[in-house]
Amino acid sequence: MKLVYLDNAATTRVDPQVFRTMRPYFTQKYGNPSEVHSLGRQAKEAVEKSREQVAGMLGCKNAEVIFTGSATESINLSHKGLIEALLPQFQNGRRPHIITSTVEHKAVLETCAHLETLGRAKVTYLQVDKYGMVSIYDVRKEVRPETVLVSVMYVNNEVGTIQPVSQIGRLLKAINHERTHNKPHIYFHTDATQAVQYLDCGADKLGVDLLSFTGHKIYAPKGVGALFVKTGTPLIRQLDGGDQERKLRSGTENVPYIVALGKAVELSQKSKIKRQKEMERLRDKLIKGVLEIPGVSLTGHPKIRAPHLASFIVEGVEGEALQLLLSDKKVIVSTGSACTSQSLTPSHVLSAVGIPAELAHGSLRVSLGKDTTEEEIGYTLKVLREATEKLREMAPDLSELRGAFATI
Amino acid sequence: MEDIFQKIYSPKVLKHMKNPKNMGKIADANAQSLVGNPHCGDVMKLYLKIIKNGGQEYIKDIKFQTLGCGAAIATSSMITTLVKGKRLDEAEKVTEKAIAEALGGLPPIKFHCSVLSAEALKKAIADYRSGK
Ligand code: FES
Repeated sequence: MKLVYLDNAATTRVDPQVFRTMRPYFTQKYGNPSEVHSLGRQAKEAVEKSREQVAGMLGCKNAEVIFTGSATESINLSHKGLIEALLPQFQNGRRPHIITSTVEHKAVLETCAHLETLGRAKVTYLQVDKYGMVSIYDVRKEVRPETVLVSVMYVNNEVGTIQPVSQIGRLLKAINHERTHNKPHIYFHTDATQAVQYLDCGADKLGVDLLSFTGHKIYAPKGVGALFVKTGTPLIRQLDGGDQERKLRSGTENVPYIVALGKAVELSQKSKIKRQKEMERLRDKLIKGVLEIPGVSLTGHPKIRAPHLASFIVEGVEGEALQLLLSDKKVIVSTGSACTSQSLTPSHVLSAVGIPAELAHGSLRVSLGKDTTEEEIGYTLKVLREATEKLREMAPDLSELRGAFATI
Repeated sequence: MEDIFQKIYSPKVLKHMKNPKNMGKIADANAQSLVGNPHCGDVMKLYLKIIKNGGQEYIKDIKFQTLGCGAAIATSSMITTLVKGKRLDEAEKVTEKAIAEALGGLPPIKFHCSVLSAEALKKAIADYRSGK
C-alpha cells in the first residue's frame, strides 16, 4: 500500500493541473503586475483571471476579492482592519464589541485577543454545544449596542461541524435593519477555510461581509489566501506600501500562487456536488467502521458535518502513539492530544465541546481528500483496529483507567 | 517516504515504541505502582516481582502498562529492560536521565515522559518496602 494520506484538513497535495497552470509564472511570465509593459500586463491579467475565478465561487464582484498570503493573514486583515476603521466612532471609553466562538481557529482567537490587549475591542466568546455548534440564540443574546463584528467559522477544522452561518447572516441582517443611526452596523465574517470546496459559499446566501480562506486546503500551494470584502465594508489595511489589492494589501502580488489559487477554486467548483456526494459516502463508511471498534465515539455533529472530516475519541489510547503506529503502516492522520501540542494541553476545540482532558488524549482526526479511495478507507479501518488493540494491550485496563484519574 | 516520527524520535525510541519489552501484568507481583503525568494525563502502571537471594533483593521480573505517547511507551519499555534482574539498590539509582540516554535521547518536550517511568519505579519499590 502506498501512502494513505488522511490529513487533508491540515493541508493538501498540490493538484498536478494546478501546478502546471502556475509553473510558467515563475520562469516565463514573471512580470510585475504593477508594470505596464507586456510582461507586467500579462501577469496582471493572470491575477485578474484568478480574481474572477474566486469571485465566481463567492458570487461576488471581482473587486470584492483581495489576495493575501494565507487565511490567517485574511483574518488578521479583516478583524484588525475593521476595528481600526471603526475605532474613531467610539469615544468616552466605549469600545467596539466582537462576538466570536470558543471553537474558532487560533487565527481568529489570537487576533481577537490581540485587539483586546490593545484595548481596541471587547470580545465575547460564544460557548458551543456538545457537537461544537454555535446557537443563533446565543448570538442574538450577546449582541450589544457596541457590537460591530460577528466572526463564526463555517466548518470546524477539528470536529467537522458545520455552523449555522446563513442563519446567523439572516439574523444579523434583521438586527442591522432595525438599528438606528446611532448604533453601528454589525459586520459578519466567516472563516470558510474548510468549507470552500464542498459547501455553498455564495456570499449573499451566507449574508457575510467578510469571508476568508486559504489555497493549501484545496490543492493549491501553501502561502496564498483570499479575503472577500463586501463593498462598503470599512477596512484599514494592515500592510502599507505600494497600494496593491485595491489598496488593502500592499506588496507585489504573488502571481504564480494567485494563479494556482484561482485554478484550484475553478477545479473544486466544477465537481463540487459530485465530490461532496462521493466523499460523504466514503466518510460515512469510515465512521461506521471506526465506531464498530469498542470504546470509540464520534466527535462533532453526527449529521451536520463537512464531507471530508471524521473525528473520534478512542478511549484507552493516546493520540500520538496511535498516529505513530498508523504512520508506520503508511496511514497519515491527526490528533488533538495534549502530548502532540507544544503546550501539552489538549486541543481547545475538544475542551470547548466538553471532552475531558483524559478522553481528548485519545483524539483522532481523519480527513479525506479528493483522491481518497474506497480501498484506502478499508485498509485504514483494518490498521486502525490493529493499532488500537495493540495500544490498549500496552495500557492499563479501561476500567482501571476510568478510576485512575480520580486517584492520581 | 521518510517517516515524520523519525525526525522527532531516535531509532531506539521508535523500536521500543513499536515493540515494547516487558509489557503486561505480573499475576503474583509483590510490588506495584500507578503514576499519572500531571502534564498531559498519561498513566503508567508497574508490576514488580522482587525476590531475596543470599541476603540481597533482586528484581526478578518487571512489567508495565502505559497509556501515553510514543516517548512514554518507549521509556516504560526501557526502564524495565534496564532494571530487570538488577539488585534493588542498583535499580533504585536509575534516573530519568539514564533512561533517556539509553534511548539515544528524547526531544526536550518529552523529558517529562521519562520522569513518569522513573517515578513509577521509585513508587513501586516504596510500595514493596512498606509492605515488607
Ligand atoms: S506522555 Fe504525554 S507527552 Fe509523553
